[in-house]
Amino acid sequence: MAKITINETLCKGCGLCVSACPKQILTLSKEKMNSKGYHPATIIDMEKCIGCTSCAIMCPDVVITVER
Amino acid sequence: MAVVFERPKALSDVPFHYCPGCTHGIVHRLVAEVLDELGVVGQTVGVASVGCSVFSYNYFDCDMVQAPHGRAPAVATGLKRSLPDNVIFTYQGDGDLAAIGMAETVHAATRGENITVIFINNAIYGMTGGQMAPTSLPGQVTQTTPYGRDTSVAGHPIRVCELLSTLSGTALAQRVTVDSVKNVNIAKKAIKKGFENQINKRGYSIIEVVSTCPTNWGLSPQEAMKWLQDNMLEYYPLGVYKDVTAEGGNK
Amino acid sequence: MAEKVLMKGNEALAEAAIQCGCRHYFGYPITPQTEIAAYMSKRMPKIGGTFLQAESEIAAINMVLGASSAGVRAMTSSSSPGVSLKSEGVSYIAGSDLPALIINVQRGGPGLGGIQPSQSDYWQATKALGHGDFQMFVLAPSTIQEMVDFVKLAYEVGEKYRVPSMILSDGMLGQMMEPVEFPEKNDQDIPEKPWATNGHQNKRKKNIINSLYIEPQELEDLINERYQRYELIKENEQRAEEFMTEDADIIVVAFGASSRVSRSAVHMARAQGIKAGLIRPITLWPFPDKTIKKSMDTASKYLVVEMNKGQMVDDVRLVVEGKKPVEFFGRTGGIIPTPDEVLAQIKKLAGKEE
Repeated sequence: MAKITINETLCKGCGLCVSACPKQILTLSKEKMNSKGYHPATIIDMEKCIGCTSCAIMCPDVVITVER
Repeated sequence: MAVVFERPKALSDVPFHYCPGCTHGIVHRLVAEVLDELGVVGQTVGVASVGCSVFSYNYFDCDMVQAPHGRAPAVATGLKRSLPDNVIFTYQGDGDLAAIGMAETVHAATRGENITVIFINNAIYGMTGGQMAPTSLPGQVTQTTPYGRDTSVAGHPIRVCELLSTLSGTALAQRVTVDSVKNVNIAKKAIKKGFENQINKRGYSIIEVVSTCPTNWGLSPQEAMKWLQDNMLEYYPLGVYKDVTAEGGNK
Repeated sequence: MAEKVLMKGNEALAEAAIQCGCRHYFGYPITPQTEIAAYMSKRMPKIGGTFLQAESEIAAINMVLGASSAGVRAMTSSSSPGVSLKSEGVSYIAGSDLPALIINVQRGGPGLGGIQPSQSDYWQATKALGHGDFQMFVLAPSTIQEMVDFVKLAYEVGEKYRVPSMILSDGMLGQMMEPVEFPEKNDQDIPEKPWATNGHQNKRKKNIINSLYIEPQELEDLINERYQRYELIKENEQRAEEFMTEDADIIVVAFGASSRVSRSAVHMARAQGIKAGLIRPITLWPFPDKTIKKSMDTASKYLVVEMNKGQMVDDVRLVVEGKKPVEFFGRTGGIIPTPDEVLAQIKKLAGKEE
């Protein structure tokens, strides 16, 4: 069981987490836009998250917290 | 559930000004994690250089000194000679370390100054808008090489780790990158070794991080990582160029 | 009575720094001040201090920036062309509100110039050692004893107001020998520096030593606050020597080596019945305008004598505001004027030309 939290205000929509996720459950949400004008990263299916921390390791803005 | 990944304490709670996908952010976090793990934040003084990372004095939760362009190794020398039991590091880009600051870099290394140097090599000058760096590749298009770097006019790039590995004062010269989880983990280990060397008074440690600059390369963050993999790693091979502990030189 | 030692100016200055608690010297060889570095290289290792021959004068001033940030008393020394190299570093030191001690043993300029003494870095020291609005506390010794005494003053004023200090010496003072006394226990009462970056030890907030302020209003506010400190320095720290000025008709204004020559000329003028006197600025910044203003009550003419093409004379003219004539006499290229030459100028002003 695992869970990630993304700080959508600080996310710059760079997409490095999306590329890094081995389960491919992250995407840049086109429906959302934060106050800086970025599409923040969002998790598509939290159930599939294995808490590997790959997304957090690749995130240049330290916006992801991982629990397992 | 337990938290298995969160913001390191040594990284101040200040949003980074870096571009989306800029690898500065990853490296800042690794340095902060290492300082936390070694328990040395309280005795650390960092030297901020001039480049995109000029505001690094806002991002690390330790004492920080802002140095003139290229002079960080000299400022670090003044700090380390005055505070020999403190941990002193510099964080520099390719112009700062290998153009204007080349003399200060070489001499701090040859003196074996017990400092840790984090070198961000992204083959371009970011802050000033994308001009050629000493590490820009042959044929690379930059603002000041609009037709591609012509080596007959602008010379060849400098391989810093190789250069500094010839000096006896260098304890560690290792080139890493941060394009994948695996490589980020290797980079972190190298950075940790660089700080441990200082604590054990082994001499000058430099960790060269092959990095991206999506904005000035004109690429998306993912495309920039691919450009790094396809072009930079051939000219700047990853690896350890000098390691006194591996040679059994555990001073 | 304290012991008198016969010492060369450069070496006396280095010894004085050590006795004031300076344990970190960063320098580079350049004539005519290399003796400072050589002396430090012998003394510092014996007392556990740092002597570091840097790769350049640029590196040396940046090492001082680092050491001053750590809160210790550090020093660098050079001569004119090397001091030019330090411009950037000094601007950063001033913009970071750091104390620091910089010694300039002046030689002929511009460019590589010569190796004989000059005073042609007055403007550099008082107006423009580096870009931006800032000042250094500048002292001009004229004897070896003053070289010794001014080191402590330079550190104290620098630390009190958080400004860099310069001792503006010259090749003559650096090379000559005179007997000096070193005060006992000159390293007491060195103030704490709560702003220093020496590791917060998790007991205080982090300190940042910085000169970059991207927000214009923030930068203006900081500079204005700095200039309030400069006003305090101007108010409280001016120093000058007055020699035979009480009834002087013609006042010579000279500092450093040219003041020694001028003093002799004043003696000779008095012997010939001319009421001459000497004002010898000791602080070049803050310029001793109070002393000069006071002398305007009795003086009718001023003669500024310098070893340059006329630099301090501008500051004298600014103070005098056109109310009295201010003439200039100078030699340059490394030439020291003779008392006879200065006397001839005094006599010309007195209307007693030969």
